Amino acid sequence: MVVGLTHYVILSSILFCVGIFGVLTRRNAIAILMSIELMFNAVNINFVAFSKFVTPGEFIGQIFAIFVITIAAAEATVGLAIVLLIYRNFKGINVDNINLMKW
Amino acid sequence: MTGIPAAIFYVLAAIVVGSGVMVVSLRNIFHCALFLVLTLFGVAGIYVLLSAEFLAAVQVLIYVGAITILMIFAIMLTAKLYNAQIRQSNEQVVLGIVVVVTLLISTVAILGRTAWRLSDVMAQTQSTAGIGRALLTRYALPFEVVSVVLLTALIGAIVIARKE
Repeated sequence: MVVGLTHYVILSSILFCVGIFGVLTRRNAIAILMSIELMFNAVNINFVAFSKFVTPGEFIGQIFAIFVITIAAAEATVGLAIVLLIYRNFKGINVDNINLMKW
Repeated sequence: MTGIPAAIFYVLAAIVVGSGVMVVSLRNIFHCALFLVLTLFGVAGIYVLLSAEFLAAVQVLIYVGAITILMIFAIMLTAKLYNAQIRQSNEQVVLGIVVVVTLLISTVAILGRTAWRLSDVMAQTQSTAGIGRALLTRYALPFEVVSVVLLTALIGAIVIARKE
């Protein structure tokens, strides 16, 4: 059976759903950031697969994937800095204890 | 494109999805980080299958080499939480499974009946040279903007995390 575009897109949607599940159910802020990384990777698989199967002559999808990786690095840096700050102020990083802005 | 490449794809997909599920379900957060490394390596293998070698190298360097190390650093710095066998999931697990399975089924159903406009051209093999040329000509402006974004994130992280 030939592996086509649909296979890659379905793999990416499964990985994206796993990431969504992590974001919805995890209590630890670092685990939530890890689930977001899973979702970024799912999106990147999509970009690269479409780049290969739809526009093979150019590298548009791969260039987009590079930009996504860069933004993910920036997101991880700032996110973990915020997590450390929260840990310092709340003595814990469980997001269900952090309800300072919830009325 | 039958036989061995298909088998490699299925093995890589099993690694990616299996360790991804481990990342979101294990109780010990440190083990989650290690399984995240495995997932990212699997995604790098998928990139190689899609003839995007440069992106696979970038994936290993940046994700496996930098982002995961950053995560493990954060886990270590917020210690005495990760080794305790405290509950890591909230009480929405069942609801989350329902939502995610619904989303997955509807997405796959839509994907199955979409007719993609596929191209018959063979993928170029020299992806590194092509990406470099495109980044320095047509996508030069986004390339520069993204470097400024990285610098801003760097300064922002330092300002946020530093002690008063």
